[in-house]
Amino acid sequence: MSRYSAMFDRLGGTGAFGAFLMLGDPDLETSARLLDEAVEGGADMIEVGIPFSDPVADGPVIQAAAQRALAAGVRVGDCFDLIAAFRGRHPDVPVGILAYANLVVARAGFARDAAEAGADSLLIADVPALEAEPFVRDMEQAGIEPVLIAAANTPDDALRRIAKLSKAYTYCVSRAGITGTHAGGRFDAGLIERLRAAGSPPPIFGFGISAPDHVRAALAAGAKGVICGSAIVDLAHRGGDVAAFVRSLKAATGNESAAQ
Amino acid sequence: MRLNGRFGRFGGCYVPEILVPALEQLEAAFLDAQEDPRFTAELNDLLVNYAGRPTPLTRCRNLPGNIYLKREDLLHGGAHKTNQVLGQGLLARRMGKTRLIAETGAGQHGVATAIVGALLGFETVIYMGSKDVERQRLNVFRMELMGARVVSVESGGRTLKDAINETLRDWSASFETTHYLLGTAAGPHPFPTMVREFQRVIGREAHAQILEQLGRLPDAVVACVGGGSNSIGLFADFIDDPVRLIGVEPAGKGLNGAEHGATLLRGRPGILHGAETYVLQDEEGQIDETWSVSAGLDYPAVGPQHAYLKESGRVEYVGCTDAEALDAFKALAESEGILCALESAHAVARALKLASQEPDSRILVGLSGRGDKDVAQAQALLA
Repeated sequence: MSRYSAMFDRLGGTGAFGAFLMLGDPDLETSARLLDEAVEGGADMIEVGIPFSDPVADGPVIQAAAQRALAAGVRVGDCFDLIAAFRGRHPDVPVGILAYANLVVARAGFARDAAEAGADSLLIADVPALEAEPFVRDMEQAGIEPVLIAAANTPDDALRRIAKLSKAYTYCVSRAGITGTHAGGRFDAGLIERLRAAGSPPPIFGFGISAPDHVRAALAAGAKGVICGSAIVDLAHRGGDVAAFVRSLKAATGNESAAQ
Repeated sequence: MRLNGRFGRFGGCYVPEILVPALEQLEAAFLDAQEDPRFTAELNDLLVNYAGRPTPLTRCRNLPGNIYLKREDLLHGGAHKTNQVLGQGLLARRMGKTRLIAETGAGQHGVATAIVGALLGFETVIYMGSKDVERQRLNVFRMELMGARVVSVESGGRTLKDAINETLRDWSASFETTHYLLGTAAGPHPFPTMVREFQRVIGREAHAQILEQLGRLPDAVVACVGGGSNSIGLFADFIDDPVRLIGVEPAGKGLNGAEHGATLLRGRPGILHGAETYVLQDEEGQIDETWSVSAGLDYPAVGPQHAYLKESGRVEYVGCTDAEALDAFKALAESEGILCALESAHAVARALKLASQEPDSRILVGLSGRGDKDVAQAQALLA
């Protein structure tokens, strides 16, 4: 059983809380510590970004995090080393990679290296369902689960393709636009229902999650979990207590989802 | 998508899922418009009576060899850009959009977008790297005079690539009301195909004009390649003819260093800004910063059809340095009384080289834009 499946089983009706961090931000040592702090705060799954020079799906917070990592000389291989070390310390916590297409095609065996490092899933932000099949084939051969994105404006035929190709979970964006904490999401129960009808793996909301109310609203819409990114990255950059912040959001994954 | 959006292995539609419906809507609007005689008639009316088509084909009287210039520098707006912004502007209106956004490097595409924004009544926002805003104050003011708002982009190297990133970010939140008026035959499908079709008018006219003036096809057709819209527009109607096609990339300070923008000569296949194409990048896939004396060629990717035409061997791609382009800029001004854009000077430089090797060759050159924007820079470099 995959780590994601085991996690969803263990959580039962409780929502999964995913914490996103940019690998290598601001340096390798701090980055490793921040991953541990997120787990200590109660994150059920960890999502990690591989720093890219031109992250078109990301807002200022994640862009700046990638720039800090690149300025520190962090390379893709360092990111896989961070994941492998994390995997050693936390054998059961699912780890998903968020990357951009050019990093994946530039490195022969990207998916295999990611899998060998102990990552469980791979989402490529600028590869929509329309272009996903060759990437998904590589991932499946490498033994890493593809994750695709679905949005409220995604038409039904594309949603069916997403539901079929996505394995670990389906990443639902709660609003149009890029990552960032400035705007809250609209957690569309209709999207969750359409995904369920299409046979999707568990839907998880990302974008616009920075407060306990957002977590509750996302789970109330039927999602099986949430991912919080920019708010955590920003807090870590300002030297805040990542574990305490994660704990406050994780606390909101309880009752509402159990009532589903 | 109704078309496959590929040129061999290149092209495609590599954007966040949220933007796919907007690109599908654009493709549908483009294909429907192509079949709609009212659309074609309105675009043609604007091209003729607003923008000044057809543009002349000028035989150089004093430069050596037999060089013919397709004079897009005489088009309203001062460059070939106007051809396709009129097309996209009409499509945006057809789709019911009320706002245009666009990236710009030196400001030429920003100015062209501001023109169509003013003409057709759109709210217009232009993203421009802050480094380019500093270098091109006059073009910023030209855009503002025509009612556009210019947003200075502070991310990355603060040039064209970063302006495109920021425009894509805006569009991923605003696509319901906003059309992204991409400035070249690059980016995700359908832009490379659509922009080529709107720029094809350059080659269609030139093909007829040179047959009329010369009584036969040229031996070579030469154009500069940044994103690749003026060159693909000029080449399109010559691809099936027995004619050499030569694309000239900016070799900047030399192809052996890092300071150039010669994507096809020094890059390798990758995925950037929505398309699989040649990309200037490091071994890990991080995108390189580029350099060219002409901001309009200063871009680390290239239209995917050019990537295909390189691999198929149909088009020869060569480099031209900053210094060679400046020499050609000066030669054309002195000999013919034409101040061309530094971008276009790259093509002129190559034509002069070819003319010296093959004095009998008939060479058609895409003179993509006028040089007024470059006069201050040229003064600083040539003084």
